[in-house]
Amino acid sequence: MSAQVTPEATRSGRAVRRARRVQAFKSSARLFAGNKMGVAGMAILVMFVFMAVFADALAPEARLSVTNAPGSPLEPPSAQFWLGTDELGRSVLDLVIQGSQISLLVGFLATAISMLIGALVGIMAGYFGGWADVILMRLTDWFLVIPFLPLAIVLAAILGRSLFVIALVIGLTTWPATARVVRAQVLTLKERPYVERARALGAGDRQIITRHILPNVFPLIFANTILVVAIAILTETTLSFLGLGDPFSVSWGSILESAFAEGAISLGAWWYLVPPGLCIVLVVLGFTMCGYAFDEILDPRLRKR
Amino acid sequence: MGTLFFVLVLNFFLFRILPGDPERTLTRLQRVSPSTVDEVKRELGLDRPLPVQFFDYLGDTARGELGISYVFSRPVSEVIGNALWPTILLVGVATIGATVIGTLIGIWGAWRRGSPVDTASLGFGLVTYAMPEFWLGMLLILGFAVSLDWFPTSFMSTPGLTDASAGLLLVDTLEHLFLPALTLVLALLGEYALIMRSSVIEAMNEDYVKTARAKGMREALVLRKHVVPNALLPVVTLAALNLGFIVSGAITVETVFSWPGLGQLTFRAINGGPDYPLLQGLFLLFSVVVIFANLAADLLLGLLDPRIGRA
Repeated sequence: MSAQVTPEATRSGRAVRRARRVQAFKSSARLFAGNKMGVAGMAILVMFVFMAVFADALAPEARLSVTNAPGSPLEPPSAQFWLGTDELGRSVLDLVIQGSQISLLVGFLATAISMLIGALVGIMAGYFGGWADVILMRLTDWFLVIPFLPLAIVLAAILGRSLFVIALVIGLTTWPATARVVRAQVLTLKERPYVERARALGAGDRQIITRHILPNVFPLIFANTILVVAIAILTETTLSFLGLGDPFSVSWGSILESAFAEGAISLGAWWYLVPPGLCIVLVVLGFTMCGYAFDEILDPRLRKR
Repeated sequence: MGTLFFVLVLNFFLFRILPGDPERTLTRLQRVSPSTVDEVKRELGLDRPLPVQFFDYLGDTARGELGISYVFSRPVSEVIGNALWPTILLVGVATIGATVIGTLIGIWGAWRRGSPVDTASLGFGLVTYAMPEFWLGMLLILGFAVSLDWFPTSFMSTPGLTDASAGLLLVDTLEHLFLPALTLVLALLGEYALIMRSSVIEAMNEDYVKTARAKGMREALVLRKHVVPNALLPVVTLAALNLGFIVSGAITVETVFSWPGLGQLTFRAINGGPDYPLLQGLFLLFSVVVIFANLAADLLLGLLDPRIGRA
């Protein structure tokens, strides 16, 4: 490491910790920048996040009005409507841009829920061990075995159709894998000398978990998050396609649902079917590629393969 | 077996506690007096304590009595039974197709690592993983059934074609089967190829493979006799484990192709109400299939791999 002006001993613990994390982050970022797949994935994601953030400016909601649509039904692509129109005469391009907002929102929200449950269960089981571990891991195994799409369908059918329900359902069905990984990591972390030292100095469970365990499992949780977002977006699409989505908002899945219901396939209206699906493929691909890149950074054994 | 019990408990409580009372769902449409509601409750056994209800439910399930479907007004077990074979046919064909082709691609990719075929198959796997299966199905219909008119777009047979000869009926069914099966094969292929590839690469570095090479065995023979048999083990497990998930993955594909199986039934159960008894029955079936597929995978691996031992 390059020469540091202030000796570590004279700085506060917090400053040292922060410096170390910044350092670790910088070196990870450098590795990521050298990973072609990761950079490509990130570029795709940045594009779509941009699209979602500025959706209202790019495709004003007024243009999506059902009663006052700008075009005639199912027009093929033209100079005015680059991607044609839907059965109500709304521009498919506008729909896809607005859909990016909902699809990404649900994806992120579902992932947050999934991560929260997964991390909580994993840390509790790994840290406290004993009965808590036995019960929580049994529960995790059960959830792992149950086919998650039918479970998600059943939950969504029971809880009703809204954006939050969709996100909750996806979160409730995707957490077990994270819980497993986190638990395994916590099991090794809690035997480390610095945890023992903290305990000898009188730190309580809460202190140890928040200060020593959590920061160290965080990279792992983060790498998992990326793959869960991909699954969440795919699941949202599937649930919306099956008619379990929020009827009042447009997502890529709900566009595909109405395209299917309106017979876009037999009418040969490819412009109505292809764009939303292509967006899903690109976004999921972006997340998966970033996920692989992060895996390689976190697990050096995977490099140069 | 703990899992099976968990599924039963989950199924019982999800449908009993969450959707409001079942009797409210039943009497939703008519104006009913409180005494009728009580009567319905008694008839359904809903006035009894929850544990008693749970044991009743266990007994009913064991006897295959899953209630009456709202949409079809027939017993759920009968409705599901009728839709079972089409799904088994579709999923069976797709699983065999994807496993065989995926395995071959995986072996080729591992053997010629970094070759164009290898790179292409990795890319293909990534893209199909990112693709909703039903969208792929829609594209295939658009291309091969609407534009080219090579295959029928939906159903399992041509309507009205009932008194044709057995051979003709078979050809008709195969024509209808082709596109949905192709969709599932394409969607699953990448995963098998990826697993087989890494499994072969791992097996190639084993000591016994080095020994075989050192003996002067030809490379193709080493691959066939030593590498592939060992590398196949994870694929066998994956195929068995995936079975249940494929059944549920077929839900959207069946919907797109109007294939008269369990998936399309699920779609109709969701959009018909929702049809809670039917959904409950389907969820139970899907879960049980997965649980047994897990068990079968364990047993099969024990038979194939002598190292796991028959303890």
